[in-house]
Amino acid sequence: MKLIFERSKKGRRGSSLPKMDVPAKNAIPAKFKRKEAANLPEVSEQDAVRHYTLLSRKNMGVDTNFYPLGSCTMKYNPKVNERVASLPGFTELHPLLPQLRRGGALTQGALEVIYETQRLLCELLGFADCTMQPLAGAHGELTGVMLMAAYHKSRKDHARKVLLIPDAAHGTNPASAMVGGFSTQTVASDAQGNVDIEDLKSHLGPETAGFMLTCPNTLGLFDPNIEKICKLVHDTGGLNYCDGANQNAVMGRVAPGNIGFDVMHVNIHKSFSTPHGGGGPGAGPVLVGDCLVPFLPVSRVEKRDDGTYTLRYHCKDSIGYIAPFYGNFGIILRAYAYILTLGREGLIRVGENAVLSANYMRVKLAPYFDQKVDRHCMHECVLSASPQAKKGVHALDIAKALIDRGFHPPTMYFPLIVPEALMIEPTETESKETLDEFIEALIEIVKLVDTDPESIIACPLTTPIKRLDETLAARKPNLASI
Amino acid sequence: MPYIANTKEDQQAMFETIGCADFSEMWNKSQVTVAAPSLENIPEGMSEFEVMSKMKQLAANNATELHTFLGAGYYDHIIPAAVGEITGRSEFYTAYTPYQPEASQGTLQAIYEYQSMICRLTGMPVSNASLYDGGTALFEAMMLAIRSTRRRQVVVSEAVSPIFREMLHAYSSNLNIELIQVPTGVDDSSQKELLDAISDRTACVIVQYPNFFGTIEAWEEFNEKVHAKKALSVCSTYPISLALLTPPGELGFDIVTAEGQSLGNSLNFGGPYLGIMAVTTKLMRKMPGRVCGRTVDSEDKDGFVLTLQTREQHIRRESAMSNICSNESLCALTALVYMSCIGKQGLIEVAELCASKAAYARELLLAIDGVEAVGGEAFFNEFVIQLPCDAAEAVGKLIDKGFAAGFPLGRYYPDRKNQLLVAVTEKRTKEEIKSLATALEAVL
Repeated sequence: MKLIFERSKKGRRGSSLPKMDVPAKNAIPAKFKRKEAANLPEVSEQDAVRHYTLLSRKNMGVDTNFYPLGSCTMKYNPKVNERVASLPGFTELHPLLPQLRRGGALTQGALEVIYETQRLLCELLGFADCTMQPLAGAHGELTGVMLMAAYHKSRKDHARKVLLIPDAAHGTNPASAMVGGFSTQTVASDAQGNVDIEDLKSHLGPETAGFMLTCPNTLGLFDPNIEKICKLVHDTGGLNYCDGANQNAVMGRVAPGNIGFDVMHVNIHKSFSTPHGGGGPGAGPVLVGDCLVPFLPVSRVEKRDDGTYTLRYHCKDSIGYIAPFYGNFGIILRAYAYILTLGREGLIRVGENAVLSANYMRVKLAPYFDQKVDRHCMHECVLSASPQAKKGVHALDIAKALIDRGFHPPTMYFPLIVPEALMIEPTETESKETLDEFIEALIEIVKLVDTDPESIIACPLTTPIKRLDETLAARKPNLASI
Repeated sequence: MPYIANTKEDQQAMFETIGCADFSEMWNKSQVTVAAPSLENIPEGMSEFEVMSKMKQLAANNATELHTFLGAGYYDHIIPAAVGEITGRSEFYTAYTPYQPEASQGTLQAIYEYQSMICRLTGMPVSNASLYDGGTALFEAMMLAIRSTRRRQVVVSEAVSPIFREMLHAYSSNLNIELIQVPTGVDDSSQKELLDAISDRTACVIVQYPNFFGTIEAWEEFNEKVHAKKALSVCSTYPISLALLTPPGELGFDIVTAEGQSLGNSLNFGGPYLGIMAVTTKLMRKMPGRVCGRTVDSEDKDGFVLTLQTREQHIRRESAMSNICSNESLCALTALVYMSCIGKQGLIEVAELCASKAAYARELLLAIDGVEAVGGEAFFNEFVIQLPCDAAEAVGKLIDKGFAAGFPLGRYYPDRKNQLLVAVTEKRTKEEIKSLATALEAVL
């Protein structure tokens, strides 16, 4: 499809602007002016709208296709939440307004949303306090890592420079640890897919700052030793970080703050139904136990005795400003509306049904694939296409064949400890009928691996483009049309 | 229960398949035996109608009818209706990061077009797909400079947004980075002092263009001198101003970042916003964040794909260029559709409206007895004035009269207690500007 620039024609306009109602003279000396106008497109509004509408149709989204992307919790994004987030009383609010004298009174509704969302997340997840500032999951991780650093620093425990991370962890964990100034050591998983406790013990020591654990883990399993693990880490002076990317599995059932975790982030754009936007914006609020409360980022939203809300900028032990303001407020609004809609019972039903659906998938599909461990899973099941790979059809090929059958593929090749991994996360919002259609499609593909493998390797055939030359893209990068 | 698809009957059939009698057995078999939380302080669920009513009430507790002259990096610009209609298409907003290119060409081509527009606007050859916001983009720029030069000292002008500098400070604290902040002149970046602060350990110098006070400065010779000392030059910019100003790419900057909110994104009480980053070709492979490239498919047809992924956390883990994963894709799409609709000539007109209205406002405000100029030789749409009293107090009084009159500088610059930073966008009418002047005069 043409680029928007290729639809451009000199003199065409796509917008109307107010007339100049003041003298047309400004304070920009000629020497600072650009010589040539920035070469933006000149298209009519209709040209632009048609171009981008056509582009949108080249996408799969949760609203168009089943999207069982493991570890990403692609659940339905309720429409009322979009309406809520587009109320002018929220969208038009300048973030510096409450920082002006008498401006706080003009932002009480927005401050209440932040305060109440924090409170509800603390209740749900079992923590003492929360910051809504982190702008994505990985940003939450970095914030959590910085909080752990501040904690050890405050205790003058300067030797604690190592974060332990399981081999199955998301890549963001070790990367966030590094950006936060720590080195990392990898802890092995055992044959059951749990943390290898002996290996963990061998890494724990006076230099251990903490353990970053995804719970449930990235194999889609709940570690039954979790409380014991947390205690082991605490006993050696470390802190426990919960990567809450998979919180949807245990929504309403497990509160990580109650079982030994000191700090946690949750991905609002996963468990709390806000849309992923094709790669963000998300939000990654961080929750902390009592020991980390003093270090939370500023500014903090506080509730006064008279029931009004205010911002606090000075907390002497705070790690400071990790975001410009109060977080991705537009995303927080959607999450707040979601929690209000579901309420206590609804949140419990979310976790239950997410796990039920994943186990249903697992039982139906297990006969056709390898599994690293054969046990009940949580919200996602990880299958290995090793049997198919031996016949020359890889996880990637199966993924492309699913696209042709109208499904967005599962996550592939993650976690790294499972060869040819296909990680399937159905979520609670998908019906049994949809799961059955997907299961049938996958079984049909597996059968074709034996009878007609070429037909799988040739996929996708129904998409706007065929498989792309990714090597060319990386070797001779063409990153812009200038 | 809303948003949960399965009926009791479905659940029963599924329980039979997985060999469990009920949820309780399912949890046990999944080895979830820890105590469940009480959740007693989480209320019962509400209907869609009730939620909407509650949220409307909360929205009504915020003031949006103010005449706003508040900017400080975040601006109240016109957003064409078509922008929201496109970004509201759920094929875009309910998609994930485009890991499967064949099922994501819409998002991918949009990212490629966005990268192209950012390059065209900034005069830089390479842009990434977006970062979180202007502040974190500046932090990433600093880290990129540190990686690239293998030096750990960073010189920052205090004419860079104090909001961003607070963030640089917070992020640097555990990283063994020496952050040197150089005080400003009257309304400028003290270029000489910045250059003097550079040593053979300096990775980069960070400035803002136009600077936090709104002032436009010449950077070409400055950047040559920075490069002579083998340091990199970083600028944070304001995209709308680049419709009129010489693009940073022509001034010799190595890394250009910006808060991209002004490109079609609502103020949204602080987010989601858009972190823009553009770099030289030399720095391309060390740049953080997603990037989309154009390539061909097996039938030689053009297509788009995420590329240079060996820089990223999911491949490189602790050796990645950044920990960023989800970025602000939908906000980048917003900026793209905004730039397409506003268009080449439209963006120039927006910028000219801003600049002329700001010049007009400054003239009116300076005509008030006791109000004095603070620099202001060359500015785009924001400028500083000196009041005869505490600016925070004056702003408080003006709020009662329906104006967000500007940002009092005393909060971040203690010696500028009486100074007010005033921003004017194309949305402000001549009448509003005149009434601001009248109101200010009345409260002084």
